Amino acid sequence: MADLLQIIVSGTAVGAIYALCALGFTLLWQASGTINFAQGEFVMVPAFVMLFFLHTAGLPLWLAFLLTCLVAMVLLGYTFKRALVDPLIRHGVIPLVIATLGLSIGVKQLVKAGVTAQAQPFDSPFPDGLLALGGLKVSYADLGTLLLAGLIVVGLQLFLNRTVTGRAMQAVAQNTDAAKVLGINVQRMVLYTFLINAILAVVAALLVTPTYLAKFDMGESIGLKAFYAAIIGGFNQTRGALLGGVLVGVLENLVGAYISPAYKEGVALMLFLVVIIFRPEGLLGRSEERKV
Amino acid sequence: MNHAQKLGLAVLLVLYALLPQFLKSYGIYLMSLLCVYLMAAFGLNLIVGYAGQMSIGQAAFYGIGAYTAAILMTKLGMSFWLVLPIAAIICFAVGLALGFPALRVQHHYLAFATLGFNVLVFLVMRNEEKLTGGTFGIANIPRPTLFGYSLDGSLPFFYFTYASVIILAAVLWWLLRSPWGRAFAALRDNPIRAESTGVNITAYTLLAFAIGAACAGIGGVYLSALVNFIEPGQFHLSVSLMMLLAVIVGGSGRFFGPVLGSVVVILLPEWLRFLQDWYLAIFGFAVIVLMVFLPGGLLSLADRFKFGGSAR
Repeated sequence: MADLLQIIVSGTAVGAIYALCALGFTLLWQASGTINFAQGEFVMVPAFVMLFFLHTAGLPLWLAFLLTCLVAMVLLGYTFKRALVDPLIRHGVIPLVIATLGLSIGVKQLVKAGVTAQAQPFDSPFPDGLLALGGLKVSYADLGTLLLAGLIVVGLQLFLNRTVTGRAMQAVAQNTDAAKVLGINVQRMVLYTFLINAILAVVAALLVTPTYLAKFDMGESIGLKAFYAAIIGGFNQTRGALLGGVLVGVLENLVGAYISPAYKEGVALMLFLVVIIFRPEGLLGRSEERKV
Repeated sequence: MNHAQKLGLAVLLVLYALLPQFLKSYGIYLMSLLCVYLMAAFGLNLIVGYAGQMSIGQAAFYGIGAYTAAILMTKLGMSFWLVLPIAAIICFAVGLALGFPALRVQHHYLAFATLGFNVLVFLVMRNEEKLTGGTFGIANIPRPTLFGYSLDGSLPFFYFTYASVIILAAVLWWLLRSPWGRAFAALRDNPIRAESTGVNITAYTLLAFAIGAACAGIGGVYLSALVNFIEPGQFHLSVSLMMLLAVIVGGSGRFFGPVLGSVVVILLPEWLRFLQDWYLAIFGFAVIVLMVFLPGGLLSLADRFKFGGSAR
């Protein structure tokens, strides 16, 4: 029983990281109709940037994290929007998807060719060791991951629901034209979404890199899981991304422990296929009318 | 096609047939590989360019074809000629089974379903060691004989593959110009209008997807005979992504788009060997630039010059 609980707790911690990525994914989709196939690389790049600040520049972790956030906002937020999304969005979804696929390959190979093909170790921001809660032993890393991810999610929800800017962003996501009529600066709100996505990716990088190690292809699996999680939960719901992420993380751990570690990677996939067959709008999603 | 284009095509076909006479075995292998890859890419173009669907799992069907061939030929000793239709039918059936639930809902779900399917197929190839040999793959896949004439040598096998891809392309060409095929163009250009004139969108799209899958299955059979050794890495999701990019870079929805795209993906990296990993980095960013300035692919460049930038 304690084993089971432990597996669920550590699964939730992994799932929380997927959920952060998936959250960014759904935010981009809602605000601008962008399906970002380079989402995994958006986690990989900050991991390397943070390593640069930590080791080459010798900065403390908190400063490196903040600087990486800044770099990510400029590079993965602003530049991504202006250079790639803005010119392509009018051509429709497919050219944009293809371009993000190109970006994913380009960035991955750029890091492989220009930085390193080897996996780089990354120190955990949390202390080693286990915390005993009754019969349950939880590692500080899992606990810290859950706390930090929870904090970010709650903060984001508060921002989106309680501030004028956040509400304006939601208005843009729900109905761009009506938002424009109401005098909301749509482009600015969309830009904020891209910036938030970049920060979420940096947090995910901070949490995931100690276990995954910093490597040019580390984003492949994270990006894919985030993608599944977003669809499982419901592409047009922020809560859906959270549910999807945690569900994938927990089920993966359960299957890995009790059924077969070889098929652990397939869990997200099976869940995803079942969901799109029986509930294509996702577990928490609303079905979307076709825009003609 | 006008006369000049027909002549140009004929010249290119003859040149491609003559070129291997002057190449060493690796060059001949690459030229054969291009033909094999094209079989799958033509199928993908049917799905992406003509039926207007995103498929991110063409390598899965390529792999199912290759593994079907490898298992039936090495373990049961079946002949290539028997395996070829079996692999095509299996891929066709799996395509129907996968496409049906995905297309029933919303059209872009096919992209998600094929993506997931590719990962699943890869896992099965890697983990079911008894059947697929796991990461060690399957070796010693034999090459076929044609009317008692052995195709073991690299040149005979090249000509065999070359003739096969031309036949496949001719069948697809005929298919797209049949009344049945013309419905595709209607469907892609204006689905709502096509539906109102009695075209059953879902049925057509599903059939296009299944035929595209079968083409990949056929390509897979040839691949296993060409390289004699297959392993899961050859059918990874990234292969599907590259193939999708190849079709789109060349010009999706244009019959010869996949040819140009496949050259960019298969042959160009070999000529540009000195670039090593930088090749893919440049390729990735070039795709973005292409999408911004030429979303119709490289072949649409010709139209631009002719009609001053008007769309197809």
